[in-house]
Amino acid sequence: MKALWEWLDSRTGIRHLAQEALMEKIPGGARWRYVWGSALTFCLAIQFITGVVLWAAYSPGAKSAWESVFYIQHEMAGGWFLRGLHHYTAQIMVVLLALHLMQVVIDGAYKAPREVNFWFGLALLVVTLGLALTGYLLPWDQKGYWATKVATNIAAITPVFGSQIERLIVGGSDYGNLTLTRFFALHAGILPGLIVVLVVGHIALFRRHGITAKKPFRKPDARFWPDQVLMDAVAALAVVFTVVALTLYFRGAELTAPADPSEPYSAARPEWYFLFLFQFLKYFPGGTEVWGAIIIPSLVLGVMALMPMLGQWKLGHRFNLLFLGAILLGAVVLTFEAKLQDARDPEYWKAVERAHRDSQRAVELAKSPTGIPEGGAALLLRRDPLTQGPRLFSQHCAGCHRFDGNDGLGNAVQEAASAPDLKGFGSREWLAGILNPEKVATAHYFGGTKFKDGKMVRFVQQKVAKYSDAKRADLAKVILAVSAEAALPAQAELDERDKLQIEEGRVLARDSVNCTDCHQFRKPDEDATAPDLTGWGSREWLVSIISNPAHTRFYGKRNDRMPAFAETGQLDAEKIGILADWLRGDWYRARAR
Amino acid sequence: MSSDTSPDALPRRCFVKEAAAVALGGAATLVPIVSGLVVWTDPLRSGSANGKASFSRITGLESLPADGVPRKFTVIADKQDAWTKTPNVPVGAIYLSRSAKGDVTAFQSICPHAGCFVEFRSAKNEFFCPCHNSSFFSDGSINDPRSPSPRPMDTLAVEVRGNEVWVRFETFQAGHREKIPTA
Repeated sequence: MKALWEWLDSRTGIRHLAQEALMEKIPGGARWRYVWGSALTFCLAIQFITGVVLWAAYSPGAKSAWESVFYIQHEMAGGWFLRGLHHYTAQIMVVLLALHLMQVVIDGAYKAPREVNFWFGLALLVVTLGLALTGYLLPWDQKGYWATKVATNIAAITPVFGSQIERLIVGGSDYGNLTLTRFFALHAGILPGLIVVLVVGHIALFRRHGITAKKPFRKPDARFWPDQVLMDAVAALAVVFTVVALTLYFRGAELTAPADPSEPYSAARPEWYFLFLFQFLKYFPGGTEVWGAIIIPSLVLGVMALMPMLGQWKLGHRFNLLFLGAILLGAVVLTFEAKLQDARDPEYWKAVERAHRDSQRAVELAKSPTGIPEGGAALLLRRDPLTQGPRLFSQHCAGCHRFDGNDGLGNAVQEAASAPDLKGFGSREWLAGILNPEKVATAHYFGGTKFKDGKMVRFVQQKVAKYSDAKRADLAKVILAVSAEAALPAQAELDERDKLQIEEGRVLARDSVNCTDCHQFRKPDEDATAPDLTGWGSREWLVSIISNPAHTRFYGKRNDRMPAFAETGQLDAEKIGILADWLRGDWYRARAR
Repeated sequence: MSSDTSPDALPRRCFVKEAAAVALGGAATLVPIVSGLVVWTDPLRSGSANGKASFSRITGLESLPADGVPRKFTVIADKQDAWTKTPNVPVGAIYLSRSAKGDVTAFQSICPHAGCFVEFRSAKNEFFCPCHNSSFFSDGSINDPRSPSPRPMDTLAVEVRGNEVWVRFETFQAGHREKIPTA
């Protein structure tokens, strides 16, 4: 063993190297205040290890980035944990960077002869923030997409070369495949390479000048190994403990819905450590953003770079302390202000809630048996009735109709309804309501329409109101029969159970309740004047009436307000189908596990 | 690490401190390494992405003359490629032949030697692998004692359903004497 060691040493000089690396003298002994640099180096090691493994499963493409991150997060064993480590270590690094910077400035470690090393440190700060910024976009989810758009748009207001800089970063004029490949090259190639070079330089210079020992010395001098290494190891363990705790507490890093340029995302915010810049920008009126986004931050960085020179003056060190304190305090105040403004904004919370709902739904659909289509995960939500139905209803239908008294999205509508409430349309309850003398003329049904004095209302209020018990029993069966036409998924079991009564109801609709005096029902009837009850509430029926309510099968010339959505081109066939599915409660539901 | 390299009076080395530094530092470093390894080795634990091989409809009997000559067909099936699920895409190719008696045989088109795509050379009425020159008779058996292939061409389960030929498409590990499914 010893001979092997000797041989290795004679060929590599490893003993001298180890001596050099570990036996550095620390005047005044090891101290906790020296651990920040090592803790940051350790963070960097975590990021390299976790980053490379994430890289092995990540696919930078507009139709594969979210999808592969979903796969890491939800399909690979331990993937969510690994991604959580990477995500929260990045956050811890920002905190450690601030602490390291404060320690260096407070202890005067930036002063001659350590100027160059201080600049290396500042460069490392900037590169680390660059890694944080580029990493945020890579999952290609709504949050990263919209937050990063702000950053690249800010780059575009750089004087002189702004638009060229933006094009180079984005890889063209708009976000897409090239944006991801370029961000990924920066995040996993260029910036880590740069950081390695800078860290090597930073540590080499640090060793050249030695540690800036804090006086007074309370202990005798010591060597780096093992005293300081032990403290550094404890710090590394504390870092890991914090990161693991954050990962477990938040159950890994968030993955919001797939990026979709056609879906607004009002909950977009930068990561917390960029919030102060985000807030700062709000104070610059149109046309002056360049001051808030570029000129002032550059000046601050410039002053920091000059700190070693300023520190030479008598009061320079105090100025530096004051300056750094003011910047950090300003950042804290601005961050707090940004958080406070959001906390007090109910619209923001609504947006957050919606974002959360969309994220969960996208994951649920991606896990469904149909999985992620070739066209990418963005299609999952775009085609999902549960997600799109309420939005389409609110935009196109809620001017007249209501859904459970609101606009479909849960918002109250000021004007009175001028068309029926469609919550539960097709169900037995909905039908029972319209055939109830007390309800038929309320705003829930025909109350707001021109049919409020029409034949149907008169029929219900005058005839149905006086039904005998036997006739009422017939009507109940007719309700079952007509509602069964809708074949609602939620009613499938009931329809199957009441098969015989439904059969009876179909006959009674003709013979006893006389629906067919006006309506067509399961038999062609050219004299019918009211909407067709054959297939009433079915997907086909709903698609047809939304496409053209003025068709003779429905309201004919008596339709006075509802647009023919298909024929006027207001909605395409896919959207009409989504609306019909949503009204019928027909969407994918994950089976409870 | 002896005292001759440290002229200053420095505290003696302390084994407990050294052991603690190594143990704590090692423990901290193990967390990302182990988490990374768990994820890295995920493919070892998850089975075939497509689950158990199922039968796919290949062709109608009318496209398969009863002359014993192998013909190439594309296998269309649903494919789960990591995160993407695509219905009805080509997932591979097979050779089908129908004997005069009407028996249908299916061969995997992948060479059992090293996994190249085997050609059927109709002029010689034999299967030939262009990579390492394995050759097989048209019934799939090895036709050259010095053939690099360790086993005959892999047959696949066939079902004739009415007028349609259905085949259970699966792949086998190359290089073994036995047919071992890759799934």
